[in-house]
Amino acid sequence: MSTLAPTAGVLDAGLQHADLAPTSAQAWFNDLRRQGWATFQTLPMPTRDNEKWRFSDARTLSLTGFAPATVPTEEQAAALIDRSHFVARPAGLIIHVDGHCVLRPSLAPELAAQGVKFESLEDALRHHPALLKEYLLKHAAGLGSAKFLALHQAWLRSGYLLHVPKGVEIRQPFVSVNWTLTPGAAVFPHALIIAEERAVVSIQDYHLGATDAEHALAISVCDIHAGHSAKVDRLALQGWGQRTQSFQIDNTCGGRNALITSVNAAVGSRRARLENTVRLEGEGADVRLYGISVATGEQEFDQRTLQIHTAGHAKSDLLFKNALLGKARTIFSGLIKVAPEAQHTDAYQTNRNLLLSPEAEADSLPGLEIEANDVKCSHGATTGQVDENELFYLRARGIPLDVAQELLAQGFLEEVIAKVTDEEGAEALRGMLSAKFHQR
Amino acid sequence: MSDLDDNLAQREAIEVDRSKGDFKYEENYAFDAGIGLSPSVVDYISQVKGEEPWIREFRQKALKIFDGLPMPTHWATEDLDNIKFDKIRYYLSQGQKAVRTWEEVPDDMKKTFERLGIPESERKFLAGVEAQFDSEAVYSRMKDELSQLGVIFCGPTDGLRDHPEIFRKWFGKVIPSGDNKFAALNSAVFSGGSFIYIPKGVKVAQPLQAYFRINAENFGQFERTLIIADEGSEVTYMEGCTAPKFETATLHSAVVELVALKGAKIQYVTVQNWSANVFNLVTKRGVAEEGAEIRWIDCNIGSRLTMKYPGVVLRGKGARGEVLSIALANDGQHQDTGAKMIHAADDTTSNIIAKSISVGAGRSTYRGLVHIPKTLKNCRNNTECDALLINEHSRTDTYPAISVRGQKNSVQHEASVSKVSAEQIFYMMQRGLSEGEAMSLAVNGFVNDLVKEFPMEYSVELKRLIELQMEGSVG
Repeated sequence: MSTLAPTAGVLDAGLQHADLAPTSAQAWFNDLRRQGWATFQTLPMPTRDNEKWRFSDARTLSLTGFAPATVPTEEQAAALIDRSHFVARPAGLIIHVDGHCVLRPSLAPELAAQGVKFESLEDALRHHPALLKEYLLKHAAGLGSAKFLALHQAWLRSGYLLHVPKGVEIRQPFVSVNWTLTPGAAVFPHALIIAEERAVVSIQDYHLGATDAEHALAISVCDIHAGHSAKVDRLALQGWGQRTQSFQIDNTCGGRNALITSVNAAVGSRRARLENTVRLEGEGADVRLYGISVATGEQEFDQRTLQIHTAGHAKSDLLFKNALLGKARTIFSGLIKVAPEAQHTDAYQTNRNLLLSPEAEADSLPGLEIEANDVKCSHGATTGQVDENELFYLRARGIPLDVAQELLAQGFLEEVIAKVTDEEGAEALRGMLSAKFHQR
Repeated sequence: MSDLDDNLAQREAIEVDRSKGDFKYEENYAFDAGIGLSPSVVDYISQVKGEEPWIREFRQKALKIFDGLPMPTHWATEDLDNIKFDKIRYYLSQGQKAVRTWEEVPDDMKKTFERLGIPESERKFLAGVEAQFDSEAVYSRMKDELSQLGVIFCGPTDGLRDHPEIFRKWFGKVIPSGDNKFAALNSAVFSGGSFIYIPKGVKVAQPLQAYFRINAENFGQFERTLIIADEGSEVTYMEGCTAPKFETATLHSAVVELVALKGAKIQYVTVQNWSANVFNLVTKRGVAEEGAEIRWIDCNIGSRLTMKYPGVVLRGKGARGEVLSIALANDGQHQDTGAKMIHAADDTTSNIIAKSISVGAGRSTYRGLVHIPKTLKNCRNNTECDALLINEHSRTDTYPAISVRGQKNSVQHEASVSKVSAEQIFYMMQRGLSEGEAMSLAVNGFVNDLVKEFPMEYSVELKRLIELQMEGSVG
């Protein structure tokens, strides 16, 4: 049976120290983790008057009572592996339970022959230290969660590396599934995706709670580095248990003429904060960031994005759609930043919220900071209810109110689902959203 | 003078050091609060004005609040830290005025008057040469006509002394002293401004002009305005003027409170064109009761830093609020403007349209707040903000905050940033316009919808002023 370590948990210095890798071969990695721990100690917990935490309920943030869990039993692992087959024939599959890798990916020989790497973080640390040294936690968290990123760094142990070399094109998606199982478990999933020049790759990340009952702490990171003319597709589904406190702190970096599409769905967690910094680093880069959520009960989904344009002729497009029920609250705070040298930028940002309950609350903070003059930038935000006429049309045909509402909400969300190119991924997403509606 | 020299003069106008040779203060006046801010200065102001004890207490309390509040630099520009509160004169009493001779007025300023077509008689006043021209006469004639309608139009001291039953109830209630640091400062040292009461059902046909009234007394840098429109009444109030107003006082911090009772309508028009050394930090807010309407029409062209976010608290069912805003930021200027709409009753609607133009290294910022709480239904807000960037180093920011709950409420917000298209300029130059003329025509086109909302005489001058600002921005 998997249990928690009997200590003060993730805030326990001794426990953190003991958790460091035993071998001196990974001294640099231990240093990185120690650094994370030191930074974590110096940073204060966010407060509501911090502009980056505006509207979020920072007072109820708490890191106490969470600890790394021990390895799950074989039965537990097998049961969860069974539930992890969202894609029939993935290019590679990796599964973690409570931060322990229970299924190490096996790559098709032809991919391995082309130099593709898809490994657990533990394996990658042994096999590709140079690559990790260059890319691991390259960027600081600029959107408010620096303290939580530092804790991630301090406890960093599990995750995966996906590296696709120059010119390699892979059609089937890679899949990573992270489960939380033990009540009180703290997990720190890390994803590092590197696509070199002209590489084509897609990845699906599933973050799931084994049951809805357990509370957990999840601080995840996903860094995407897409090189010259590389193409990266990512689908992230956040379905942690309904009592989980989760943070997802991402960087999406596009090099010259790179194309990145990232769809971020959220249905799980008591409170979930998503931070995504999009960096348009190369001329002609094109990054599309999409968000979709169904928030119910007392959930708080806090979405913070930043689109940084430092190279000219680049494009970024963002669309976040939230459907809210119960007493749920969503916060969308986005900023487009165009540097003086980033002329001929096209940058867009749209947030649309659908209030399906009088007690739900949608907050929007769409921002622009433009320092170049030859640009096309716009943002839009709307919050409203389902259209009365559409509702009437459905009800006049005998469809009950809640079903009609759900149909209209699904129609509203479909715009984002359509951005998922992989059919199986889109189906998994539809299933999660629909289950969320029926759960209320 | 050639066009080129003209352009140079325009650019230099911004860099000129206002502290030199412009104004002199005559010493040893009977009423002098001295320099700096302290409880005794506040007592002094209150005493000179012959105020009742409650007003003095109100001021002293506000001073304590001011001292206790930090500078809002965690979200606002750090330029605020350049304000030296201990170097400022907080009160210039009657008769103590800055004077200089017409010969001392800089040439570029004289030229601006000419270009704007300002009458000869007004130029000297605007340049600070004459304390006033014929404002006194205009004001007293206006006052006579208004008093026949029962309209009260006076300053804060007169208003609180002669009509406490009307004004005391609302004074400091729409904007409490603790609202923000600068509202607290104003509450401590306010002098000058307009207190206006429009009786039930009275619709004032002509706009009330602050211009004439305030010129008739000493102009205050800490103006305090309170307008109460009783049930079913209507009034338009206009402040400021398009001509540049040269100031030695570098800090202006006004508080403007509007109260529109059931079914009343208030329209408040501002054209701000302070010289480029002025910090203009203003708090403006109105309360709209059932079926009432408040419109802020706001145009900011001058000052070094303006921070101003006119707001409407929609307190009664069916109330309506609107902010129309134009901002133009040139080199060395930061126009930090916006709007706040606080919905506090069912069926309320609000509309915000903001257009900004950044020229040279100018920076314009829009900050917005739209709040609809959960108890409400059928509230609507529409926000549009468009920014035009003229030069390579021009900058614009947009920071709206929108919070929505409740039933059948809807908000929409849209913002865009663009530059004047090369095709447009090319087209106009093909037809014989210079690049500068083409640019100013395009910019005027960008703000045209909003300029039309200003009263006639303002809109004509505004267009000329925008043309003037655009000169030297291209080529």
